[in-house]
Amino acid sequence: MNEKKSETEYIVIAGCGRLGAYLANQLSRQGHSVVMIDVDDAKFRNLSAEFSGFRLEGDASELAMLKQAKADKADKLIAVTRDDNLNLAVAQIARVVLGVPVVVARVNDPQREAIFRELGVHTVCPLLLAHDDLMRRFAATAGLSLPAAEREMQP
Amino acid sequence: MKIIVVGGGRVVYFLSRSFTSKGHSVTIVSRDAEECQWFARRLKATIILGDGSFPRILDDAGADNADLVLAITPRDEDNLIICQIAERRFGVPRTVAVVSDPDNETVFPKLGVKNVVSITRILSTLIEEQAGVEELTNLLALAEGRVNIAELELTKECPVLGLPLAEITLPESALIACVLRGKDVIVPHGATTLSVGDRVVLVTVPETHGKAVRMLTGEA
Repeated sequence: MNEKKSETEYIVIAGCGRLGAYLANQLSRQGHSVVMIDVDDAKFRNLSAEFSGFRLEGDASELAMLKQAKADKADKLIAVTRDDNLNLAVAQIARVVLGVPVVVARVNDPQREAIFRELGVHTVCPLLLAHDDLMRRFAATAGLSLPAAEREMQP
Repeated sequence: MKIIVVGGGRVVYFLSRSFTSKGHSVTIVSRDAEECQWFARRLKATIILGDGSFPRILDDAGADNADLVLAITPRDEDNLIICQIAERRFGVPRTVAVVSDPDNETVFPKLGVKNVVSITRILSTLIEEQAGVEELTNLLALAEGRVNIAELELTKECPVLGLPLAEITLPESALIACVLRGKDVIVPHGATTLSVGDRVVLVTVPETHGKAVRMLTGEA
């Protein structure tokens, strides 16, 4: 682990599922200030004891909610709910309306990745990452050439 | 006109019925299989089962040569994405997103979706306007509600009776366009005076509407 603690950032995360909570716990432990937004307050149980940020119960696609989270002051916003359209809407509002410098959205369904890209939203797709990783390992063991993930899905 | 309606429920049914009766060609996209069958039995429309926020489904619905896409699902974010895909991917000339959160009326245009209809705002404006003044009839809202034309009957409580219009200082962007007196239609000028029973046709913008109406009725 890199131990540089030079800059603490203000990070808003939408979606307190396993991925969102894991990110929040890690970032909070590294000293960043994190605000977590989720519609279901039961999901906040996914946060560890190390999480020292804020919890906001509500719909992150509402501008009022993002403003309450002071997303307009955030350095980063990460939209990782299991709802692709919600992630896409939140990411666009954060970037275009609130001017958040770094915005990343999770794509659950790889078929939607092209749309995210067309709308200028940076994405992370856990399924494609897992696919790429597995393929890389298969290639390493079998000595095959590295197959790239089929990302240009047909619309 | 070829219209694609994405969503479900009775509103979609009655809208589509009205569109088809006016001769438009309608395609409905709904995620609910039972509802699709229900629509298919009752409407002269093409029904597509699927998620309208997927480009493939909009393609099936014929978005390539649609004139209008109306996104009226219960979720604002879905309606945003549907309109964005319709415009950018398929070049649909006109899209309309229906929203619940009134903030999205200003948010969505920044994301490229120009026509946004907020049910919440329409209803609340309607109720606020109707609640106060009984003599007021809203005739027409133009330019997506940015211009309002209303008819107002002057009662004997009106503080402006007998005054020439030139002396009535209405707020900016408010105008008395016409005075209906019995059977006469008066296009007023500065010297026109108002009398009890006159019905004035008032043109306002939302910011000045309440103030203009209060000035003419004297109601607080």
